[in-house]
Amino acid sequence: MQSSRLIEIWVGLFAVLGLVALFVLSMRVSNLSDFNEPDGYPLTAYFQNIGGLKVKAPVTVAGVRIGRVTAIELDPDSFSAKVTLMIRPEFNQLPEDTSAAILTSGLLGEQYIGLEPGGSDEYLKPGQRIEYTQSALVLENIIGQFLYNMAAGD
Amino acid sequence: MIERLRAIGEAVLTTLARVGRGHLFLLQALAGVPSALRRPRLIIDQLYSVGVLSLIIIIVSGLFVGMVLGLQGYYTLVDFGAAERVGQLVALSLVRELGPVVTALLFAGRAGSALTAEIGLMKATEQLSSMEMMAVDPQKRVIAPRLVAGFLAVPVLALIFSFFGVMGGHLVAVEMVGIDAGAYWAQMQANVSFVDDVYNGILKSIVFGFVATWIALFEGYDSVPTTEGVSRATTRTVVHTSLAVLGLDFVLTALMFN
Amino acid sequence: MLLTVPQTLVPDTHTYNMDPARQASDVLIEIRGLRFSRGTRMIFDGVDLDIYRGQVTAIMGPSGTGKTTLLRLIGGQLRPDSGTIRVNGVDVHQLSRSELYKFRRSIGMLFQSGALFTDLSVFDNVAFPLREHTKLPESLIRTLVLMKLEAVGLRNARHLMPAQLSGGMARRVALARAIALDPTMVMYDEPFSGQDPISMGVLVQLIRKLNDALGLSSIVVSHDVQETAAIADRICLISEGKVVEVGTPEELFASRSPWSRQFMHAMPDGPVPFHYPGPDFRNDLLAEVSS
Repeated sequence: MQSSRLIEIWVGLFAVLGLVALFVLSMRVSNLSDFNEPDGYPLTAYFQNIGGLKVKAPVTVAGVRIGRVTAIELDPDSFSAKVTLMIRPEFNQLPEDTSAAILTSGLLGEQYIGLEPGGSDEYLKPGQRIEYTQSALVLENIIGQFLYNMAAGD
Repeated sequence: MIERLRAIGEAVLTTLARVGRGHLFLLQALAGVPSALRRPRLIIDQLYSVGVLSLIIIIVSGLFVGMVLGLQGYYTLVDFGAAERVGQLVALSLVRELGPVVTALLFAGRAGSALTAEIGLMKATEQLSSMEMMAVDPQKRVIAPRLVAGFLAVPVLALIFSFFGVMGGHLVAVEMVGIDAGAYWAQMQANVSFVDDVYNGILKSIVFGFVATWIALFEGYDSVPTTEGVSRATTRTVVHTSLAVLGLDFVLTALMFN
Repeated sequence: MLLTVPQTLVPDTHTYNMDPARQASDVLIEIRGLRFSRGTRMIFDGVDLDIYRGQVTAIMGPSGTGKTTLLRLIGGQLRPDSGTIRVNGVDVHQLSRSELYKFRRSIGMLFQSGALFTDLSVFDNVAFPLREHTKLPESLIRTLVLMKLEAVGLRNARHLMPAQLSGGMARRVALARAIALDPTMVMYDEPFSGQDPISMGVLVQLIRKLNDALGLSSIVVSHDVQETAAIADRICLISEGKVVEVGTPEELFASRSPWSRQFMHAMPDGPVPFHYPGPDFRNDLLAEVSS
């Protein structure tokens, strides 16, 4: 009977090890812990071109992450991209004339949204639209414009 | 010419018959699962032999795979100035692919071959027959508990493998190469999704565990009851499981991550 | 019920099976018109045989005549191509799966290799059928197992694992396991093969003693003529798919059939030739030269 008890202990240890692994993989390795972060409040912004921006991309102010992109859709009237941002509740004092730009981290990195706070005394309210936006830089357009300018200058 | 056609037809029919027997076998084994669940003692014994006894190889392999991933990932990423992303690389590779796949392959080699040999020898030494004559159904008493244990053990082993892999990556990237520990974990956490990556990886390993155990048990049960037959069946278990796991991995990846 | 013809009125085609002194109710197993083939090889081609209650019946014949197959057919592990096997008047192959399993509890079988479970100790092997089929308390199981082991003389070997046993001891443990559920009939598959004279003698005595002490019916499949003849009440000789002769050992030793004489007296040549059939030796040598 002693050996069968030993087997039970080992199998119990096996199960515990599996649970620990699951816990670490879900909490430390993946972003499951993000799910219980409070949702905060939404803002919207319209861009002519979002480039390679994806849902879940970070939203930053001065490089510090304050929220993330939760939805990207096409506005059927203006044919511009409507991006919904979820901002953490503690950053609820963004000035009304804040501008949003789609930036790239490094040459090959992911695209994210950088917010540049303005000087207004009024704050953005939940659901409000960010008026001043700057689209993503699309490399082909820049090169095309550069060549056009070169040709025009000659 | 006719002879050759006959031989081809014969081979096709033999293979078809084997496939048919394999599925019938699975149905009978599944029918035995409820009575096996009523006797957890049998399942615990099997969990010990397929799960606990595979722990060492899984932990050691996981550590080394993670360490190699960390080192190779670092050398490649450092050229792009993205060395901090090595954590993401290690974690995604492990959780999505290497964890489930390598675990299933190791399981086939360690536990699957042992299951085949055990069942095959029980058949060769008439233990299964004598059980039938004692009015004990071997499908319920022998096969079903092993099927349940394999089904449970492989996902757990895959989780443990991925866990130790991430730790191995940490060991190399942070302790040896000198990447900031915070960056290692933060990059990982920012880019590994629980639902898309961890959960799908677990689903994969559940499928692999089921298939690997099924193949191992069937090969043993269907083996020619001689010493040579059992050793052939053991080889077939490892080969067939490896092919099935790699093939299924492609299908599942295409379904899950497209 | 009205359609069943009394045994004595059956046309006299199986005379060698019939012992007019016996009642039909003494017949435990009744085999009629049994045919069985593996692939293209015919193993049984119309076998008729009665096995009587309370006796030790031996089934003998050269290797490869399907003696073991016969036991598996009786136990319902194999299905005949045609013909019936009735045990206690019940056709074994008409039983449903659960009825078949219930029927098997009343028979014990000793396999050639013993077939002990290698991962269980001697005690647990004998306790296995009791634990699977009964809900007896552990103390009662212990008593029963010790009784069965005592009967085969291995009570003090109960802590050993099967790998630690000699071949003869393994078979005795398997015998204890086969009688654990107090069956009405025990089938022995080649119980004497590969045994040294002492353990052979032990097994021979055990089969006879258990049969008489427990009121069993025993079927022994063997090709060891002397040992089997020493304990069998009746011997059935099988060759090439047919029953050659049935009778008491004395009758068979004195048989006038040349085949029976060759088998019972272990003569190297006779109706079963020493040489594999083929061309004449002289012609074969000459053919080699000319080609």
